[in-house]
Parts: sequence; structure tokens; C-alpha cells
Amino acid sequence: MDFLNAFVSLSNYVLIPGVAYGSQLALGALGVTLVYGILRFSNFAHGDTMAFGAMVTVLVTWWLQSLGVSLGPLPTALLALPVGILGTIVLLLVTDRAVYQFYREKKAKPVILVIVSMGVMFIMNGIVRFVIGPDDQRFLDGERFVVSARTFKEMTGLDEGLAIKSTQVITVITAVVVVALLFWFLNRTRAGKSMRAYSDNEDLALLSGVNPERVVMLTWIIVAALATTAGVLYGLDKSFKPFTYFQLLLPIFASAIVGGLGSPLGAIAGGFVIAFSEVTITYAWKKVLGYMMPESLAPDGLVQLLSTDYKFAVSFVILLIVLLFKPTGLFKGQSV
Amino acid sequence: MSDMVKNTGLFAIVGVLILLTGFLQSWNAAMLILNMGLISAIMALGVNLQWGFAGLFNIGVMGFVALGGLATVLISMPPTTEAWAAGGLRVLLALVLGAATIVAAVLLYRAMNAGWLRTLAMIVLLVAGFFIYRAVLDPGVGAIEAIDPAATGYLGGLGLPVLLAWPVGGLFAAGAAWLIGKTALGLRSDYLAIATLGIAEIIIAVMKNEDWLSRGVKNVIGVPRPVPFEIDLQNDPAFVDRVAGLGFDPVEASTIYVKLLYAGLFLVVLLVLLWLAQKALDSPWGRMLRAIRDNEVAAEAMGKDVKKRHLQVFILGSAICGIAGAMMTTLDGQLTPSSYQPLRFTFLIWVMVIVGGSGNNFGAVLGGFLIWFLWVQVEPMGRLLMDLITSGMADGYWLKTHLLESAAHMRLLTMGVVLLLVLRFSPRGLIPEK
Repeated sequence: MDFLNAFVSLSNYVLIPGVAYGSQLALGALGVTLVYGILRFSNFAHGDTMAFGAMVTVLVTWWLQSLGVSLGPLPTALLALPVGILGTIVLLLVTDRAVYQFYREKKAKPVILVIVSMGVMFIMNGIVRFVIGPDDQRFLDGERFVVSARTFKEMTGLDEGLAIKSTQVITVITAVVVVALLFWFLNRTRAGKSMRAYSDNEDLALLSGVNPERVVMLTWIIVAALATTAGVLYGLDKSFKPFTYFQLLLPIFASAIVGGLGSPLGAIAGGFVIAFSEVTITYAWKKVLGYMMPESLAPDGLVQLLSTDYKFAVSFVILLIVLLFKPTGLFKGQSV
Repeated sequence: MSDMVKNTGLFAIVGVLILLTGFLQSWNAAMLILNMGLISAIMALGVNLQWGFAGLFNIGVMGFVALGGLATVLISMPPTTEAWAAGGLRVLLALVLGAATIVAAVLLYRAMNAGWLRTLAMIVLLVAGFFIYRAVLDPGVGAIEAIDPAATGYLGGLGLPVLLAWPVGGLFAAGAAWLIGKTALGLRSDYLAIATLGIAEIIIAVMKNEDWLSRGVKNVIGVPRPVPFEIDLQNDPAFVDRVAGLGFDPVEASTIYVKLLYAGLFLVVLLVLLWLAQKALDSPWGRMLRAIRDNEVAAEAMGKDVKKRHLQVFILGSAICGIAGAMMTTLDGQLTPSSYQPLRFTFLIWVMVIVGGSGNNFGAVLGGFLIWFLWVQVEPMGRLLMDLITSGMADGYWLKTHLLESAAHMRLLTMGVVLLLVLRFSPRGLIPEK
């Protein structure tokens, strides 16, 4: 019984939030890794792209809510998501035309493109704050829980309750669908294959008749979809605040690099590695250990390895370890 | 010669802009811009040393600036004797133990052969070390933070003159830079960027959470000043008589006098650093750095120690940022860890360097003044613009209210536009490298 209680407690605070957060990071990291693989620079504006996509979705959600449209138990934001993706696609394609294309044609060094993306980051951040303001915004509606702690306790008779938020389930399902679509596209379609070819060897791909501008356009479209989805899922699960998306940049980059920059599979693995280490190290283990150990040995303190404010430190340390011992990441990414 | 004229002209324009602020707004506002402009110029010098000279992509400027601020507190605040008695030694012991664990791990890594045994030994050592460290540290921290938490609750500083904190801030930043450089400088430029970004966030997290060190989000206020207080000047008959003789209001004169003193101090530091940076640029060392930046492989083939040079310049540049950070905290008179935002303290400095002209010290200084001026003045300008746009709309119309409220967020947008325009049309900046 104690073992079950310990497991439920662990699932409640570590496993389930970890899976949800990991899915969000994985979607974010996929975007970063795709830009890196095709356009060959680290896109610092990615966090703010997520914020922009989420913002459009939030605005459309509010509009739908005011019209009385709803999805019943599901959040209305899911209905608004395609519009958010469309808005972000337009934004990214315009940005590419107005900003990045010039440097691509000049074959500028990647580090210049990184600085350019810093400028884009400023502008996107400014737009988001200008339109929706810097504050927290709520846009979640529908059913809050799939399983609430009370019903779980009544159902199983355990002391520990298990609460599964509907946003967590939605996050995981959406992430699985999106990732499956992405891999199907990259591996099975002609356009996806041309993208992978371009990422592997640019010259060879050009010689084989791959149209680079088309590949770049496709990449931005996919990145917009991924970023918006990740941003909306994160916003539903936690809350929408422009500044947190900027802060997500660090764990997202950590995920992409840990997995191996340029490798989509690596980005997903990296996302979960980072998410689980953050959650485990900042979780107070008192309850779980209390169930697992004999009473005399039960710990007095919270047994929290690091306070939650240090979660950046966790993703960073993992990043550093991987960079020092396996610079190309877990899944052999590019190392240009 | 024409270059000289152009550059002087550019500096003159910035000077006129600040003077205009004085005439049109107030002299206090103008002096504030000047003082923060001086500090920004120093930060830009530091980043220019790393990026302009050596091509190192450091986006952890905020962390080094914050370390400088921490140095100000640790040097100049009076020590909290009860806190030291309660747990000071314990905390110091814990820090020593923590450092010893890391050193032991590094030694162990070098001593043993690669394999699962080494990995296991490392993990055991690090985990055991971490728990011992926490076991020693936590009671000490609890004891310190329990001492009069509303007023102190931290160890305090050494009670030394605050000017001493400026070089010490540089040393702190240099120490952190040495640690980062040792681990991350071998990596590619994007990775170094992420690594420095992460370090900066960690430094801020430590300052926000380790209350025993920096009072965390409770802030340290009342940092000693190197210049007299305005209120003392106003009560000083000699000062009042003198400014009255010149026809000034004593209250306003005292505030401006204090700011002028600060400006003098900052100017001395800026000129010294600028002179040193110019000397470094023209020295064989500076030429070597630029050779490495332009072609690392060739420089290495010529027998230049690329890694060592990178480490040197990374430490020097970070130290300059640390000095600037200490100066800024002295000017503010308080340390507020939550006010350190990467957009303001890292990316804005980068805009200064790029706009001013990377690789040119005078360019970096010019960029520091100009971008700081814009950063401050964009807000009122944005408000004016919004007033103009919304003047035709009815009062209370939602768009009007929204636009007026959002004017404050024009800053980031403007900075991004300025950065992109300069990168596109004048990628070498206002005062290009020779």
C-alpha cells in the first residue's frame, strides 16, 4: 500500500507534470533544431515566436468566447490554434523576406544571423507587449481535470490523490499527433525528403534540383506551427505571460543541444531529459521517501535538492555536461 | 582627417542631444542620462573587447554586471556581527567544502582511466559532496536569515570605502569569467552564447535566492556613497551661499552637484579604460587577437595560442562589465536583484556595440551614449507619437486607451528596428573598425 501511495505521489508531482512539460519543451526544441538544420543558425527569436503565436491564439479565443462558441469540455483555444498558426506563418514569412533572406543571399556567417535574430527577438517581444501587454492572461476554459484528487482517492481508497489536469492530457496527445505528422512529413513526402537532403548536404541537394527558397519557406511554415502549438500548450498548462516565453529559451536550447542540434529525434529526447531533471531535482521528496522508508528513517526536511528557482541551473548543468563530454549531443547532431 | 571630423561630429551630436534634454526637460534628467550613458559606455567597451577584438559571442553580460553589483554590497555595507556569530563561519565552511568537492571531482576525473568505474566514482563523490555541503550550509543559512530579517538577515559586507568595490567588482566578474572560459570557450560560438546566457541566469537566481548573501528579493538599500548626500549640502551654509551667489535654487543645485560628482568619477574610469583599450588594440597582443578572430586556423598554424588568448580577452572584457556593474549599483545606492533583465542588461549592450561599431573602442563608447539616450527618450517620444495618432479619436474609445497605455512598450520595438537597420545598411556601425 505504501509503495502504491509513494508511486501515486510521485506520478502526481513528478511523472505527469514532467511528461507534459517535456512535450512542450520537445515541441519548442523541434522548432529550434529545424531552423538550425536548414537555415544554420541558432534562432534567439524562437521564444518570442512562441509568445506571438500564443498571443494570436489567445486573442482569437477571447473573440470566440465572446461569441459564445465553445468546445464543451475542451478548451476553446484548440479551436483558435489554427488561426494562431496562420498568423505566425505570416509573421515568420514576412520576417524571412524582410530580414533573413538578405543575409542568406550574402552567405553571411552564422553568428551574424544569430545577432540578426536578436534584433528580431526585440521586435517580436515589442509587438507582443504592445498588443497584449506584459501581464498574465488567462484563456483556459472547459473541464479543469480529467481525474481529480478526490475522485481518485474515492475510487482507489489510497491516501494519496492523483490529479490529472485536462491540459496535461491535451498537451501530450497534441504533442504526439504533431510529432507523428512531422516525422511522416519529413520521412515520407517528397518535400520533407528535400528538406532533409538540404539539411544534410546543401550543395548536393542544390545539384539534385532542390529549390532552396522552397525548402526555407517550408521550414518557416513548420516552425511556425510547432512554435505556436508549443506556446499555446504551455500557456494553457501554466499561464500566458510574454516574459516567461523569453525565459523558456534557455531550457529549449538546452533540449535541442542535449539531443544534438539539427536532429529532430534528439530534440524530443532532449526535451524530456531536461524536463524530468528539472522536475526531479526541484521536487520535495519528503512524501515519497516517507512512504518508502521505515518510519524511523523518514526524513525530517523537505528533501528538496534545489529550490524551484534554480530550475534554470539544472537545465544548464546538464547542457554543460553534455557539451563537455559529448559535444554533438545524444543523437549525433551537426557540429559545424 | 575626415574620419576624425566625422567622429567628433557624431560625439558632438550626442552631446547636443543631452544638452537639449537639459534645456527642454530638466537638467536632472540630462545628468541621469549622462551618468548612465557613461556606465553603458563602459559596459559596451567590455563587450567590444570580447566581440569586436576577438569575436567571442558573450550574451551573459547581465551576470557580470550583477556580480559587480554584489561586490558593492559585500565591500561597502557594514557587517552584521550577530549574523556572523550565528552562522558566518558555518556558511564559509560549507562553501569551502563545496569547492573542495568540485576540485576533488576534477582531480578524480584526471586520475582515473575512462570507464564505468570512473563515472560511478564521480557520481558517488559529487552526490555525497552535495549532501555534506547542504548539511553544513542549511543550518548556518537558517541562523543568519533569522537575525532581524526585516533589516538585515544577511551577512553584510566589510564596511570598506565603496570606491574599493569597483575594482573588486571587476575581480568578481573576472573570477566568474575564468570559470566559464575554462569550460565553455572551446565550444562553437552558438554554444558559448547559450552557455553564457545560462550562467547569467544562474548568477541572478543565486542573488535572488541566497538571502544570507544578498538579501535576495528584499533588496539591499542604503549602500554607502562616495559623494555627499543632497540633504547635507542643502543644510551646509557654505554650499547654499555659493550657489545662491551663482543664482541657483539650492535644492536643485545640490542634486545636480551630486550627479556632477558622480559623472566626474565615472568619466575618470571611462577615460582610463578607454586609454587602456586603445593601447591594447594597437599592441601586438591586439593585432594577434584580430588575426585570430579573422582566421583562427591560420593564426593557430602560426603558433598562436588561440585558447589562451580567448581566455584572456574573455576575462578582461567581463571584468570591465563587472566594474561597470559595481558603478551602477553605487549610483543607484541599492542592489535589487530582480531588476536585472537580460533584455536590458545583455541585449541592449549588444545593440550599443553593434550600432556604435564593433571593433572600434570609440564606436562602442558612442553607441553606449546614443543607445542609452534613445532607450530613455523613446518612451516620451512614443507617448507623443501616440497622442498624435489618437488625437482624432474620441476619448474613452478602446483603441485610444490601448494605444496610449502601450506607448511604454515602444522601447523594445525601437531597439530591434535600430539594430536591424544598422546591421542591414551599415553593418560595421557608426564608427567602423579601421
